[in-house]
Amino acid sequence: MSFISYLINGISLGSVYAIIALGYTMVYGIAKMLNFAHGDIIMVGGYAAFISMNSLGVNPILAVILSVVICTILGLVIERVAYRPLRNASSPLAVLITAIGVSYLLQNLALLMFGADTKSFTSVVTVPAVVLAGGKLTISGETIVTVLACMIIMIGLTLFINKTKAGQAMLAVSEDRGAAQLMGINVNGTIALTFAIGSALAAIAAVLLCSAYPSLTPYTGAMPGIKAFVAAVFGGIGSIPGALIGGILLGIIEILGKAYISSQMADAIVFGVLIVVLLVKPSGLLGKQIQEKV
Amino acid sequence: MKKLKLNKTTKNNLITYGIVILAYIIVEAMLAGGQISSLMKGLLVPLCVYVILAVSLNLVVGILGELSLGHAGFMCVGAFSSAFFSKCTAGMMPDGLRFFLALLIGAAIAALFGLIIGIPVLRLKGDYLAIVTLAFGEIIKNLINVFFIGKDANGFHFSMKDAMSLNMDGGDVIINGPQGITGTPNDSTFTIGVILVLITLVIVLHLINSRDGRAIMSIRDNRIAAESVGINITKYKLMAFIISAALAGVAGVLYAHNLATLTALPKNFGYNQSIMILVFVVLGGIGSTRGSMIAAVVLTLLPELLRGLNDYRMLIYAIVLIVMMLLNWSPKALEMRERYSPKRLLAKRKEAKEAK
Amino acid sequence: MENMLEVKNLSISFGGLRAVSEFDMNIGKGQLYGLIGPNGAGKTTIFNLLTGVYKPDEGIVKLDGQDITGKKTIDINKAGIARTFQNIRLFSQMSVLDNVKVGLHNHYHYNTLEGILRLPRYRKVEKEMNERAMELLKVFDLEKDAEYLASNLPYGQQRKLEIARALATDPKLLLLDEPAAGMNPNETKELMETISFVREHFNMTILLIEHDMKLVSGICEELTVLNFGKVLAQGPTAEVLNDPQVITAYLGE
Repeated sequence: MSFISYLINGISLGSVYAIIALGYTMVYGIAKMLNFAHGDIIMVGGYAAFISMNSLGVNPILAVILSVVICTILGLVIERVAYRPLRNASSPLAVLITAIGVSYLLQNLALLMFGADTKSFTSVVTVPAVVLAGGKLTISGETIVTVLACMIIMIGLTLFINKTKAGQAMLAVSEDRGAAQLMGINVNGTIALTFAIGSALAAIAAVLLCSAYPSLTPYTGAMPGIKAFVAAVFGGIGSIPGALIGGILLGIIEILGKAYISSQMADAIVFGVLIVVLLVKPSGLLGKQIQEKV
Repeated sequence: MKKLKLNKTTKNNLITYGIVILAYIIVEAMLAGGQISSLMKGLLVPLCVYVILAVSLNLVVGILGELSLGHAGFMCVGAFSSAFFSKCTAGMMPDGLRFFLALLIGAAIAALFGLIIGIPVLRLKGDYLAIVTLAFGEIIKNLINVFFIGKDANGFHFSMKDAMSLNMDGGDVIINGPQGITGTPNDSTFTIGVILVLITLVIVLHLINSRDGRAIMSIRDNRIAAESVGINITKYKLMAFIISAALAGVAGVLYAHNLATLTALPKNFGYNQSIMILVFVVLGGIGSTRGSMIAAVVLTLLPELLRGLNDYRMLIYAIVLIVMMLLNWSPKALEMRERYSPKRLLAKRKEAKEAK
Repeated sequence: MENMLEVKNLSISFGGLRAVSEFDMNIGKGQLYGLIGPNGAGKTTIFNLLTGVYKPDEGIVKLDGQDITGKKTIDINKAGIARTFQNIRLFSQMSVLDNVKVGLHNHYHYNTLEGILRLPRYRKVEKEMNERAMELLKVFDLEKDAEYLASNLPYGQQRKLEIARALATDPKLLLLDEPAAGMNPNETKELMETISFVREHFNMTILLIEHDMKLVSGICEELTVLNFGKVLAQGPTAEVLNDPQVITAYLGE
């Protein structure tokens, strides 16, 4: 029974990774950059919800909405100020290093504003836990909500991309930015929209993550952020179903690794997965191979 | 008499060495005059460590043009392997010889890791390489924290669980998991540090101005063109990566032999440390060896000198990264700089004068 | 006349699209050969196939009698093919001299340790490399710019530097991908002279892709016209240019 319960925990954690990985994969697919600060937007989302609930006393639903709004604005501002000026820089390292700077900036601003102490986050989930198999197996309300939220987001996003004009524009920009521009697509606007969606998803992931693991510090987002990137690469970067599969597999691997191998080695195992994936199939499970133009 | 003619790069290199030697002489003079606080004294060896790290990372970031975020991992490997060696051989040979061997071992093991990591990783590019090197650094740090090695009359004992499961018959626990290595001989001195800095500079600067260095830079500037003129991409990427790792290993040896207790924490060998080294390279101007060196010194000393700044240290690093990148790499900023550069304005003024 | 390059039945598809199909071409030693055709006809793809950037699905490529089909780019360069690129690919942050010295890389040797320790062989070989590189730069009238960054050269000279760098690898066959692209008539004329000079001076076999008909008809002895990845016409320049099919393909309906 414990194995099944680990598996469920893995799927739950994996669903959070999948939501975060979506942000990475969309930004990577469309803006062709690794947004290192994505994980820290999660942290900001966590603090936004925490302060809304604990200091302003708003109800959980409103807190989630506030958190989404704040993260979306933050994502847009970062894109405009730090990333857009470097879009046509001569070295691809430029925007990557800047993103690392932004990640650091967010962490250290949070450190100065909220201090290093751990805030204990109150779960926003009110769904009761489900007890199965005569009390041997409990599925928490957080798990149920997380997995459901992940499914809804996946379906919603897939529909958005395939059925709306803005979504089609995203596909076009990811395929060929220059050609999309020539076809009259607003490339800057499309990339900004991508960041907005990715950041909004990060806020949702933040609330779910903090509800399941209720400790919030300025570094809360960093590790899940990097792991979600691993998940995105695992599934095939740029692919939405890939983010889902990669996220859930990684969550399961992490929880099972912690349970059966070594809790201290859990991170090393996750990173080991990344290295193996990149060696065996660099394009990930569902990604496509891209050849450089000469 | 033959006229002594120096070309520009040779002159530049000599200036770089000169700065180091001059700084060393000034510090030694101040030490002799008792004008350096004990706090500053404690910073002298770490300064050398950071300079070596910055210069060696610049070899990968600035010269090869790939972003490595696992530099602290190589430093970690060098630190632990050499500290392990020094503890095992303490009292078996003269201190000087032991430290010399420790340096070689630290460099060699770090280079070996560079090779092991490099072969698979260097097939990747850009973002992937960055994230994999980051992952590697974290794995190393993680692994060291579950390593237990002890030595007794029966030889070495090894465990990845805890010190108890070493089943020791007396003897010493040398690497004690999260507690790391205690009692490494304190062999590092400022003088040795400066010598190692100079050796690092000679290796890197001479490499850059050699056949191999040109091949490495050609990959950075245009991989496809480099291949088209017969440059073996994998070989030269690997070469830059391994030399950089070996030098980071040397920095690790220097670091380890300056501390009573060596532990692998996020603070010293984690991702944050790798980023800090990257900040040195970026502030110094990516690709500039001398710049990396000076930035490492300034950014290490500044927060210590201005104590009030210490809380803001990481914040300042973050802002430095962002602002430097925007100013130096954004096409718009470059255009502005071109337009308003003092040289250009002067030329314009001159033109206007002549027109009159 | 012996052939320097023999291409038989060369084909490649990208995701179902047949970019080059059943392509044959023979270039005699010392010949100046032109590959022309409308945009998207597959000219650059053929260069990429010849230089190992792409692996052909079918076909054989022989250089000076040696089979080089499917070899890696660097091995093909070592076998004797050097090229330039349609969109100039210089080592932009390196000096003009160093660009050429990278081209000389495989012909001058000393090991890493000799380089770092600056042993006598380093000094001797570097001196030889400098002399050889300056000789090549002189051919293209670039010797006074040797110390400048490659990216600071004007456009026309960047194209010349690319040719100099390719020649530094001491090839048997030189591939030029639209060498006159973006040049004004004066520069084009000068370039034509340079290409002719290179051919005489280095006794070089040259294959060039070109859009500029004037340049092609002025210097190429033989042409292959490519359309939709297939050979449309092949033969001596004058004949090919008067071929009605070619005229239709070029001037349109």
